[in-house]
Amino acid sequence: MSTTIRTTYREALRMGLRDALARDERAFLMGEDVAHYGGTYAVSKSLHGEFGEDRVRDTPLSESGFVGAGIGAAMNGMRPIVEVMTVNFSLLALDQIVNNAATLRHMSGGQIEVPVVIRMTTGAGRQLAAQHSHSLEVWYAHVPGLRVVAPATLADARGMLWTALQDPDPVVIFEHAMLLPMEGELDADAGAVDIDHAAVRRPGTQLSLITYGGSLHKCLEAAEVLAREGVDAEVLDLRTLRPLDVDAIVASVTKTRRALVVDEGWKTCSLAAEIMALIVEHAFYDLDAPLARVCSAEVPIPYPKHLEDAALPQVGRIVAAACEVLSR
Amino acid sequence: MIEFRMPSLGADMEDGVFVEWCVAPGEPVARGQVACVVETQKGAIEVEIWDAGTVARLIAEPGQRIPVGQTMAIVASAGEDWQAVATSTATLAAPAAAVAALSPLAQAPAAPAAGLPSQPARVPAATGRPALPPRASPAARRRAAELGVDLDALAAATAGAPINVAEVERAAATAAARTAATGAAEAGATAAAPAAASPEAAMRAAIAAAMTRSKREIPHYYLGSEIEVERALQWLEEFNAPRPLAQRVLFAALALRAVALALREVPDLNGRFVDGRFHRSEAIHVGVVTSLRGGGVVVPAVHDADRLTLPELMASLRDVVARARSGRLRSSDLADSTITLTNLGDLGVETVYGVIYPPQVALVGLGRVVSRAAVRGGAIVATRTVNATLSGDHRVTDGLAGARFLTALRARFDDPQAP
Repeated sequence: MSTTIRTTYREALRMGLRDALARDERAFLMGEDVAHYGGTYAVSKSLHGEFGEDRVRDTPLSESGFVGAGIGAAMNGMRPIVEVMTVNFSLLALDQIVNNAATLRHMSGGQIEVPVVIRMTTGAGRQLAAQHSHSLEVWYAHVPGLRVVAPATLADARGMLWTALQDPDPVVIFEHAMLLPMEGELDADAGAVDIDHAAVRRPGTQLSLITYGGSLHKCLEAAEVLAREGVDAEVLDLRTLRPLDVDAIVASVTKTRRALVVDEGWKTCSLAAEIMALIVEHAFYDLDAPLARVCSAEVPIPYPKHLEDAALPQVGRIVAAACEVLSR
Repeated sequence: MIEFRMPSLGADMEDGVFVEWCVAPGEPVARGQVACVVETQKGAIEVEIWDAGTVARLIAEPGQRIPVGQTMAIVASAGEDWQAVATSTATLAAPAAAVAALSPLAQAPAAPAAGLPSQPARVPAATGRPALPPRASPAARRRAAELGVDLDALAAATAGAPINVAEVERAAATAAARTAATGAAEAGATAAAPAAASPEAAMRAAIAAAMTRSKREIPHYYLGSEIEVERALQWLEEFNAPRPLAQRVLFAALALRAVALALREVPDLNGRFVDGRFHRSEAIHVGVVTSLRGGGVVVPAVHDADRLTLPELMASLRDVVARARSGRLRSSDLADSTITLTNLGDLGVETVYGVIYPPQVALVGLGRVVSRAAVRGGAIVATRTVNATLSGDHRVTDGLAGARFLTALRARFDDPQAP
């Protein structure tokens, strides 16, 4: 039995950063307020003191500039970890990420690698209003040349960064803002984890709840509610949003024959839509009921608490949608 | 090029075992010619072909179990070179057969169009919109194919609500329990129970399946009338008097004609209930319940019974019953009845309460002719009567239609000469 430590998602992310900076001298962290302030979400707190100015660097408020600098550093052999405060602001760096990071290997005939890791916070729930609350993971999951991951557990928060740094191509990591204070047990010797496979977080036989990131824990809670109603729901954590683990999705749905996709993104053209399409392509003959999804309401995420809550996937909506699928 | 396919010889038929070819490559075939013999739960059936042409390739081989709808032979149409057709389809036919084997559901044709046997495969463009399959989840479809559950039947039972896997499995479990019960009953009935695979057991199973489906799905209503047939019998005796024995007409044929003509006046009893709705048939093909000496029944059709003269009808009835009893029925005999007539009078039965043969929507029962005292014009007279009954499908018609039919039937017996 390995011993565990009591920690938080935020501290687990920091452990991953510390591990990467310590193990690979080519690695360095840069972003807005990551150094002296310790990060807007306090993820990199104390790392500036531990590793110094060269390894943990503050940048100007210019996403296009410092993400571009990270891409350039990666092309030249470094292993930059670029923090963008939230996915909302990453749109200012979209040109760098989509037109440079994702394309250069292909446009150079394989001569240029861009092993950059770009971390960004995503998700709503803290009354930060529309410009700080969106879930735009699918924008990046759409782009060939990128790998997109979404740690939803302490182990993944701890272990995904190192594996991402080993990838010769750009990796975007989405850290959900609502998970940062989440407490839990983490193996004392926790380390790198794979970033290829989805994970069944709760096995079940009657319904697949397919989700990722911040919605994972809502789904697990919904599965508990359903269990009390006698419904045995499986919860599948996608973990990697590009490339999607089609085999895991198909395996789960083939077993349960019913699926509900929960995605904090907006419904239209969502990751949920892509997952439903994959299910229909690969497991049509296993389906016993129409597929369903719970996504965010199609509005800019509202500021008032009650409206923000109403706009996001919540346990009650997930349970209701699950019952609807099960009633077909 | 024509694909000659395994026909559906009844709603419950899923496949048949190919016995032999009656034609050979290069041989011209005429419409209605017997092309091959197929063993089914109803016995050996001579399968006719409904297109003229020249046989190009024979695909089915003796002993093969062939799903309904699968191609058994390729026939060159008039003007085609049969050898060229044979060559060009050498590669086509095999994949078609493979597809049929993989998805029997996709290949299973709907009930044959009225007046036409179920083959060759109908071209949707020629006959309008093809019937939609029942609403069932993809998993339910696959499970139904695996378990041999009839989704059409299940759809009728669920009143159009989408069918899921659990419902298919329940239906299969019910069917299995039923089969087990039937088997047990058979074993108990005779000391030497027939082997499960014997033709008698197979026929018993087919009857069990059809009748169970009927009682499960069809809300029957029953009406009965005592009908005076004295005038009809006297007319028939006069009709037969000058004729030699071989040309005499039996009361059964007269009754068959009366039923067919009465149906013209109540067309809602004549047709099929398919895909959740009733399809009225213009043609009147009366299935005549024929008991077999070895046990069991078959229901061969007398086609266009309302259009035949009485001698023609008698000949047709004699022919089909003889072939039924000798086990040489043809595919067209079994595929397309639009109503069933069961006449148990010869067995001494006075009144028949019949079970509708799905997907038909009505069954007419006739009992034996009995002598009665009747009151006519205030006086008591001796007369002869028959108890006629109608079993109707309440999804399609109500007692009103049934009553109108029995009234029409009475009128026919009162006026046996009427066209």
